[in-house]
Amino acid sequence: MTDTHEPDSLEAISTVTVTVNGIEIAANPDELLIDACERTGTYIPRFCHHSRMNPVGMCRMCLVEVDTGRGPALQPSCMLPVTEGMTVETETEVTKKAQDGVLEFLLINHPLDCPVCDKGGECPLQDQTMAYGPGESRMVEEKRHYEKPIAISDTVYLDRERCILCDRCTRFADEVAGDPLIHFMDRGNNTQVNTFPDEPFASYFSGNTVQICPVGALTAKPYRFKARPWDLEETISTAWTDSVGSRITVQSSRNQVLRVLGVDADPVNWGWLSDKERFSFEALNSEARFVAPMTRDNVTGDLVSTGWAGVLGRVVDAFTDVDPNRVAVLGGARMTNEAQYAWAKLMKGVIGTDHVDAQLGDGLPPEVVLGLPRATIDDACRAGGTIILVGPDPKEELGALYLRLRHAVVEDGATLIEITPQRGGLSRIAAHSLHARPGESGGVAAALVGATNGAAVDAGGITADAIAAAAAAISGPVTVVLGRASLAESADAALAAAHALSGLANVKFLSALRRGNVHGALDMGLAPGLLPGRTTLAAGRARFADAWSSVPSAVGLDAAGILAAAKAGEIDVLVLLGTDPLNDFPDAELAAAGLSGADTVISVDLLPNDSTTSYADVILAAAAPTESSGTFTNLEGRVSVMEQKVTPAGTSRPDWMIAAEIALRLGADLGVDSPEAIRAELAAVSTVHADLTEEALDDGRVDGVLISGRGDISAPDAAAANGPSNDAYSLRLVAARRMYDDGVALRHSPASAGLARSIQVRLNPVDFDKIGVESGTVVKIESSRGHLLAPVASDTGVPVGSAAIPFTVDGWAANTLIDSSTVVTDVRVERP
Amino acid sequence: MPTHAYVPHAPGYVDNDGPKIVTSRFPHEDSFTLERAEATGAYDGLRSAMDRTPAAVHQEVRDATVLGRGGAGFPAGVKWGFMPPGKFPYYLVVNGDESEPGTYKDRLLMERDPHQLIEGCLIACYALGLAQCFLYVRGEMALAQERIAIALNEAYAKGYVGKNILGTEFSVDITLTWGAGAYIVGEETALIESLEGNRGMPRLKPPYFPAAIGLYGQPTIVNNVETLANLPWLMNNGADLYKTYGSEASPGTRLIAVSGHVNRPGVYEIEQGVTTFRDLFYGDNFCRGIREGHELKMFVPGGGSAPWFFPEQVDLPLEARAVGAAGSMLGSGAIIVMDETTDAVKAALRLVRFYARESCGKCTPCREGTTWLERVMQRVADGEGRPSDIDMLLDIGDNISPGPYPNAADPNQDLEAIPFPPKQTTICPLGPSAVAPITSTIRRFRHEYEAKITKRDTIAVSAAPVMAQTIRSETMEREA
Repeated sequence: MTDTHEPDSLEAISTVTVTVNGIEIAANPDELLIDACERTGTYIPRFCHHSRMNPVGMCRMCLVEVDTGRGPALQPSCMLPVTEGMTVETETEVTKKAQDGVLEFLLINHPLDCPVCDKGGECPLQDQTMAYGPGESRMVEEKRHYEKPIAISDTVYLDRERCILCDRCTRFADEVAGDPLIHFMDRGNNTQVNTFPDEPFASYFSGNTVQICPVGALTAKPYRFKARPWDLEETISTAWTDSVGSRITVQSSRNQVLRVLGVDADPVNWGWLSDKERFSFEALNSEARFVAPMTRDNVTGDLVSTGWAGVLGRVVDAFTDVDPNRVAVLGGARMTNEAQYAWAKLMKGVIGTDHVDAQLGDGLPPEVVLGLPRATIDDACRAGGTIILVGPDPKEELGALYLRLRHAVVEDGATLIEITPQRGGLSRIAAHSLHARPGESGGVAAALVGATNGAAVDAGGITADAIAAAAAAISGPVTVVLGRASLAESADAALAAAHALSGLANVKFLSALRRGNVHGALDMGLAPGLLPGRTTLAAGRARFADAWSSVPSAVGLDAAGILAAAKAGEIDVLVLLGTDPLNDFPDAELAAAGLSGADTVISVDLLPNDSTTSYADVILAAAAPTESSGTFTNLEGRVSVMEQKVTPAGTSRPDWMIAAEIALRLGADLGVDSPEAIRAELAAVSTVHADLTEEALDDGRVDGVLISGRGDISAPDAAAANGPSNDAYSLRLVAARRMYDDGVALRHSPASAGLARSIQVRLNPVDFDKIGVESGTVVKIESSRGHLLAPVASDTGVPVGSAAIPFTVDGWAANTLIDSSTVVTDVRVERP
Repeated sequence: MPTHAYVPHAPGYVDNDGPKIVTSRFPHEDSFTLERAEATGAYDGLRSAMDRTPAAVHQEVRDATVLGRGGAGFPAGVKWGFMPPGKFPYYLVVNGDESEPGTYKDRLLMERDPHQLIEGCLIACYALGLAQCFLYVRGEMALAQERIAIALNEAYAKGYVGKNILGTEFSVDITLTWGAGAYIVGEETALIESLEGNRGMPRLKPPYFPAAIGLYGQPTIVNNVETLANLPWLMNNGADLYKTYGSEASPGTRLIAVSGHVNRPGVYEIEQGVTTFRDLFYGDNFCRGIREGHELKMFVPGGGSAPWFFPEQVDLPLEARAVGAAGSMLGSGAIIVMDETTDAVKAALRLVRFYARESCGKCTPCREGTTWLERVMQRVADGEGRPSDIDMLLDIGDNISPGPYPNAADPNQDLEAIPFPPKQTTICPLGPSAVAPITSTIRRFRHEYEAKITKRDTIAVSAAPVMAQTIRSETMEREA
């Protein structure tokens, strides 16, 4: 089963002895009886109990006879912590009668529509009825009736007749996700789960309720009536839509991926997934997929499908006799580690350019991510520790991480301090939210560190008192969750904050770079100045000159530099590895100029995007994450497998194979013929990956393998203290990503496409009077780059003096406002 | 039906010459006013308590063995002792959500003498060192809410409640809250949930007592209205005098609400352990006999949840231990008397329906089981039963309340071996409450069930409702 957490192996020294059915077992004090029994091989049936949520004892299925010295009594084993000398009987007549009785009660009003129910075949109620229940119903009355499934959100349907009211979904929504949008309504026999009137269950995590539903009451649109469980094949893999690396199982039937479920990996996602991780596989089945390579017809300007031989010929022509300094690569975070290695070897080792950047000006310099002491998710979530968030809203960008951090704060007493430009999903549970003026989070961080051992000062619009209070709350090990909170401010602010916070005792950093396998890309050298294995060009030159025959002579350009060079006509060949600079690079003007300035644009991708549609000369159709095998590196540096489940669409090929093919045609054999071979070469050339053997990956099939070495990277010195520029524009822009935006995958996922919210400019109500607008007024938001129109909304979570917009939503490109060469972007908001 | 002994302004209350510990003001028409209360010694008990140390007041309550009047009969002084030291703030919650079928004594205490209740709350707060009390009054009791609200305002104005009570450092706030009409909120943990603004659903046990983790996670004492109403008298007169009333195990008096086929139904203040059911039903001072020309068939001795008694139990004293030893409970002190015209099946159905409707829906056996029981009972009562239904009813009951069930109809039952309250597969005792009337009637009157099932309905049944006594509150009359 994928939806139940295997209780942990016994780590602490057992101190409690419990007798279960006459056999003594050792249990952890405070362990719940139901978990202790399961761990030692005695399964007690249950519906409401879920190891990742607080017990409620509602279904009563887990009643067993327990004797704690006062005679045997029926007790719910999901509510009962073990105690010394407890005697438990799970198979006596009394226990069986109680369990049979509960099952009969659950079934009397449960419809017998198993043959048409999506859950049939993998249904705990069905299974336990076979194992425990009575064979026949004694109830002759009419069953309870409700309207058959009602949509409680755009993706989730609820059939209240099937519901057994176990409180799993409602508990998940309330306790785990913090979105208490579904509740019990009415009472007694008419109790039902429902939403509030006209308020849908619009949670980013709604799909988890479908996975944990012990009956077929909750179903999700992408899978409804698509398959029967016994027809599904599955394989373990890793979610690719963000960098958390949530473990999943990919299920397919008839060579089509039909469902993705979360797998309970203890160090990572605990079985939970964001809906984006869960449902965006739909895009991979989209009609829009590139099923064959394409080239742009020189006459008509249209992209036309063609064969691989011709396309690769054109690619090879472009690379032949080119000055390596005039070749550049953008992107690569979508690919597996193996593909990234192959592309790094092709570009840096064969062609010889170092103008390679997997990040698109929306991330952090690699030496910050790799060079600072790194934390794992478990480090960050440690009970009694402190989490300092200097980065994006995890709820919007790193869903599963948000759930872990939320649990740490709500259930385990971790302290959360935010240094962010606006209120986010964690603010409600944060001990202190310091909403710094855009561009000034470094100053706030420095003031916070200063206040831990001295007097507090005002900084970044935050009062000294607030900073002192936050500083006083810091205790235990500190983890800084570090990323880019707003794309309208440069990375310098985050760097300055990181530098200041590294002065705290016991501090570690957890990267909040969001894009898929971006951490794999950094580890595989898809960044200027880096080689695979967390090695700089300088430090690894000798080693790689040997393994790769050559390495670039000088450190290359980053994404902004590459686009600027292309704009200046200095780039002949620009390779886009699954990336869309027009929509992802914070500065749209520069992105467009760069794309049009490059002579040949080669795109390796799955789906059309604005950049490829407008500028690509060649499109190499790539296989999807479910169509090729490899590994993934998450934000902790944890490597986990991604396994092929279905065959590639059309003639699309795995990314690594495309790189190897190009190399071969350029007369340079990469020397690899499989992902395993690439891993073997990686383990040989990378000291930090030396232990990443096939055995280690097998052992870490669920939890992954943590690659913790720092390699040759050291943290940078303090970022140049570029004070934010001041100009006549009145408000500072905050542009942050949303979970549902205009991303290509979402556009092609039917179930999720409608979830993107409409565009708004959010201002602190204090600024309303200054500007002379009221809620709902359509305003013009204008920067030095351009202007956009949008309705204005009041939000006290936006500090006075800031204007917050989503990055890309609703066809509304915030990056047309942003000048990436400045530290912050100032805007004027006014009536049009 | 003779009605002259009713106190007309306290409908339901019957005055007699017995001891009056909590009903002393009831004969006065203006008993609920501050003027009358002060003229008759209100807040003297508080003054007396405040002349002593809180520990001494607590000891007095302990010495008097004031048993909880809500149903479980747990000694209040002992309950107070469960408060974990030092985990402030503590809260006192007054359970005025009286809704057990047949019970209407707390309503009278709240309507007729709100100052006595407020005084009792203050004494408890003083003894326990707490500063916040919540009065939770059942949603349907509009007059009680109104009178308590007025009394609280008066008491605040007079300095009995609020900051610096009676000019001392002792300060207590009393907050009046009312329910939204759910029986289960009478269960103390469900009441706390309701008070916090959540669905009224019982909390899971452990923790077994709100004293450990109660309202807003703080140590909380939940006391019944009548329990607290005893405190002013106790402070004024002392534990020794208190214990001269009633029996050794159950000292003091109790309010007993009698309804059904007696000549003079009503609320009586009786001496615990001294007055017997026979005295109560037939005594001149009390109910004055079963209605003319009829005889006792059965009675519910302690609220709708209690297993039923039959004529052979009428000589038992009204005392928790004696009633418990005979296989039932005195519970909330509500007695429903039924004569031979009563249809046992329909009478049981009426109570089962109540519990099915009031189930909160949290745990499976109660949510599904009580409604199933109701539907089968309805079918049997309608003459649509099957022969197998009788044993099925008992078996469904056994799945809610497993194991042997007390049966007063069986003189040979080994009560020592039968746990009471009965075992339950549910979270709280509401589910088992629906089982009591069914097992009681099937065991004693199985032939009535069989007669209905086989359509040989031989019993002469009148249309008399079970709870024939309709106590019309002043509110209802006013609204009529």
